[in-house]
Amino acid sequence: MSFVEVNDVSKQFDANVVLRHVDLAVDEHEVVCLIGASGSGKSTLLRCLNLLEQVDEGSIVVDGQTITNGAVDVNALRRKIGIVFQAYNLFPHMTVIQNVTLAPRKARGASASAARERALELLNRIGLAEKADEFPDRLSGGQQQRVAIVRALAMEPKLMLLDEITSALDPQLVAEVLQLVRELANSGMTMIIATHEMSFAREVANKVCFLDAGVILEEAPPEQIFADPREQRTREFLSRIIEAGRL
Amino acid sequence: MHEVLRAFFSPRDFRVALPDVWAGFQLNLKLMVVSEALVLVLALTIAIVRGLPGRGAKPLRALAIVYTDIFRGTPLILVAFLVGFGFPGLRMEFISTRSNFTYGVIALTAVYTAYVTEVYRAGIESVHPSQRMAARSLGLSYWQSMRYVVIPQAVRRVIPPLLNDFVGLQKDTALVTVIGVAEAAQQAQDYSQTYFNFTSYVVAAVFFILLTIPLARFTDHLIALRERRERAQAT
Repeated sequence: MSFVEVNDVSKQFDANVVLRHVDLAVDEHEVVCLIGASGSGKSTLLRCLNLLEQVDEGSIVVDGQTITNGAVDVNALRRKIGIVFQAYNLFPHMTVIQNVTLAPRKARGASASAARERALELLNRIGLAEKADEFPDRLSGGQQQRVAIVRALAMEPKLMLLDEITSALDPQLVAEVLQLVRELANSGMTMIIATHEMSFAREVANKVCFLDAGVILEEAPPEQIFADPREQRTREFLSRIIEAGRL
Repeated sequence: MHEVLRAFFSPRDFRVALPDVWAGFQLNLKLMVVSEALVLVLALTIAIVRGLPGRGAKPLRALAIVYTDIFRGTPLILVAFLVGFGFPGLRMEFISTRSNFTYGVIALTAVYTAYVTEVYRAGIESVHPSQRMAARSLGLSYWQSMRYVVIPQAVRRVIPPLLNDFVGLQKDTALVTVIGVAEAAQQAQDYSQTYFNFTSYVVAAVFFILLTIPLARFTDHLIALRERRERAQAT
């Protein structure tokens, strides 16, 4: 049994069908990249995985636990699934260290000193320990996004969901964020990554899924999907990306 | 012209009326402080109740709406009459034996809580939903997200309009004179009816103005500070 199992999941917002009968399995320590045009359902799929959205049909099993039957403790589930968003969403009224320690202290009951120590250790690892007492608006976008990743990591999640985390960044800031994700992948973190960074996907993913209009149209190892895609739609999508100079 | 000066701005009457009006004004200050403290807490509570999610909380939300509708719509002077004369008239053990000061506090608190609830509510709604989502996605409960993420940001944003409402409350403490609280306006009236001179009212007005100006400047300062910060962020 895989660590994450998405079975026949459908989701719609009013009349707009966002996910159609999606199946996806992710093993522990596996990195899966979701690619596809904006609006293809990548973000919604990620949000369904930590119940920020409810699925309309189908089921999702995470770590042996069915999360879509309404009986699951949502807060407990989210503690083991970290998610990072495109817009960082740091808490602007808190310093970096407060951002990172809030959830460990309040949601997991860690002591203030233990949470602080762990947060400093993580910040140190990404070279931002000296920013611990700054407010987020004093940091660059890349730094903010790395803090957001660390904030999620501080809960020691078993699964990380990254939702187009470099899309809002200036090009020169993308690399530092991707480097951190690369390190995470190397450390064995299970991740599902929605991204437009194709060369990054090719490098870190064990598996790439191409979403089109709410359907996983093609699912393959990166070397295959980028070199020799099976589906016509995948080929069209990738050729547009190449034209745009993004691959 | 001379008549006007003598009737309203007589230095001698100013001096004579001052101690009594000052004594009354201290009551205004007390009304103000007690009511403001109560308003801050009650209004936040009602604003939070009004924002509660889910179908189960619907009756509570409705209650909060009814409360604000009633007390925002009723003139303070009517509420003061209803409480100040109505409660004693009930002849009930606990509620009919309070002081006029207490009735004044109740009337002021009831009305201003309705205004300030709306201020808080606007603040809570102005916090972007993504903040709440980020908090929830970390495993924080609804209440923890409100307590640590949404409300602190909301309160910071509404401090200027909140202070504006408090300027209003400060002035309206003079209205509870109608239920026989011997505050500044009452003292001023007593003086003017005794000596047929209106300078005592000017004395009371000066007290209110002197109290309001620092608060108004402080509010301006906060607004300017925030604008500067937001402009710095935009660049």
